[in-house]
Amino acid sequence: MNKASGAPRLDTVGSETSEPAVTVRDLHKRYGGVAAVNGLDLDIGRGEIFALLGPNGAGKTTTVEILEGFRHRDRGTVAVLGHDPGEPSRAWRARIGIVLQLASAGPELTVMEMVRHFAGLYPRSRDPQEAIELVGLTAKARSRIGGLSGGQARRLDVALGIVGRPELLFLDEPTTGFDPEARRQFWDLIRSLRTDGTTIVLTTHYLDEAEALADRIAVIAAGRIVATGDPGSLGGRSSAATRVSWATKAEAKAKTEAKTEAKAQARAAAETQGEARPPAPRTSVETTTPTRLIAELSSQFGGEIPGLMVTRPTLEDTYLELIAQVTP
Amino acid sequence: MMASTGTIRATPGRVQVQLPAPWRLAAARSGVELKSFFRDKMAVAFIFTLPAILLVLFGSIFGSQAAARGVTVGQLYAAGMIAGGIMATSFQYLGIGIATERETGTLKRLAGTPLPEAAYFAGKVVQVMVCTVAETAVLLAVGTLFFHLHLPASPGRWWTFAWVFVLGTAACAVMGIAASSLPRSAASAAPVITLPFTVLQFISGVYVPFSSIPSWMQDVASVFPLAWMARGMRSVFLPSQAAALEPADSWQHGLTALVLVAWIAAGLMLCVKTFRWQKRG
Repeated sequence: MNKASGAPRLDTVGSETSEPAVTVRDLHKRYGGVAAVNGLDLDIGRGEIFALLGPNGAGKTTTVEILEGFRHRDRGTVAVLGHDPGEPSRAWRARIGIVLQLASAGPELTVMEMVRHFAGLYPRSRDPQEAIELVGLTAKARSRIGGLSGGQARRLDVALGIVGRPELLFLDEPTTGFDPEARRQFWDLIRSLRTDGTTIVLTTHYLDEAEALADRIAVIAAGRIVATGDPGSLGGRSSAATRVSWATKAEAKAKTEAKTEAKAQARAAAETQGEARPPAPRTSVETTTPTRLIAELSSQFGGEIPGLMVTRPTLEDTYLELIAQVTP
Repeated sequence: MMASTGTIRATPGRVQVQLPAPWRLAAARSGVELKSFFRDKMAVAFIFTLPAILLVLFGSIFGSQAAARGVTVGQLYAAGMIAGGIMATSFQYLGIGIATERETGTLKRLAGTPLPEAAYFAGKVVQVMVCTVAETAVLLAVGTLFFHLHLPASPGRWWTFAWVFVLGTAACAVMGIAASSLPRSAASAAPVITLPFTVLQFISGVYVPFSSIPSWMQDVASVFPLAWMARGMRSVFLPSQAAALEPADSWQHGLTALVLVAWIAAGLMLCVKTFRWQKRG
């Protein structure tokens, strides 16, 4: 375990709440000869919900574990709440909360006993009852942990992570195993934590979750941040082409295509879909001027455009494209 | 259990927060450890009844063979099983418990809180001490009720009992903590820890009288604490003349203390070097 030697510390000047939550500069970490994190920079502000996305093996877990004080870095500067997580102190630990993936709690204790025990570890913790209520486990408060379902155990994980009233909360794949309703409730909980001023660092594979919750998203690939932004504009998403598609009658198809292609802007890539599915042949066009295209189509069809669909690139499309650029 | 306590003192520019006192956290951990242990019915049944059942079995099977020099087989086995019982609660249960906590992420979760490491180990120490005392009491009861075991009458023998008990428990506990790093999964923890424990019990005079074990096995056993703990317990519960049955014709108290202290020291160093809060990888 080597420590980051001689790295300058972005440190403790000023009051606690004016420090950024997380500052990372030129972070490096190798395992054997393989670079897991390779020159990563990151800034997370106070009170943000920040989502870190990336494929398995991109360095996401390593980065988060360095921020959490679980892993030592090889090189670079890291400050979490103004302190170097490479030297985690009790006082610093008291200010962060960690919800680990797949951690178990003592199966023989009840939910209430365990949450109360964890509350006792922190200097200004939440009321255990309140923490249990926040995650929706009140009905199970007196049940043994060993008898909880997967989703309930996950909620307990979250309760244990927030009972210490952390300024910064790390959530690692928090809703794995949740049913859709539990997920929505969990999202509401996270939003209410932010309202209270908690900074939240979320790693997830669910892009809809990142889109629903995050103020900002960073995509990590090959050990670096390849894009940062709010969910709507990440990776040029807001200015990307829009896909317009509609149902075409087989005989009308050729004519329609020729006409629209001529009039759509140059970036448009026309393609026909569903030729193997005779009942509903469709035409699909990517364009930066979707409104104009639809107006033209409308006059062409004399009103309603059959089967009209207008889609902007989803976060998933953008994400996959970003990842593909880095890892061919 | 303790409620959330802690005072907040506001000073200009910076909020000072007082962390809970380590001794309170040690007490809280002890409570959690004891509760978890005594609610685990399978573990309790296994830990407390197995040595007692073995004592009844061995004592009954070999009870008719009159041992030499006025030693009853019941005395011989009671002394051996008490040593084995100490190792069961300290080495075996502790080693499996910590290995499982590491593999299931419990340790990592605790490491992410402001819990001082010393408080975690304090909780383990209290749990091991309580279980080992209870285990020994059960075996003493079975021995005195069924196998003519007589509790020592002289203070000198109680003193020997006390230091063999304390040093033996400590030596086995640090070995257990060190051994907890060996299993690579929660499922393999029990077999990986139990196998060497079982072998040691056979060659250290727990299951089989030490005097009837081949001398090379005696030599191997003498490297580890259990043989010395069993001999120490024999010196407490057997008549003085039974020392002649030992390979060295004596109870070797000085050497016993030395070996146990050496194991405690070596085990502690091994723990400091190898203990991890997270599983590998």
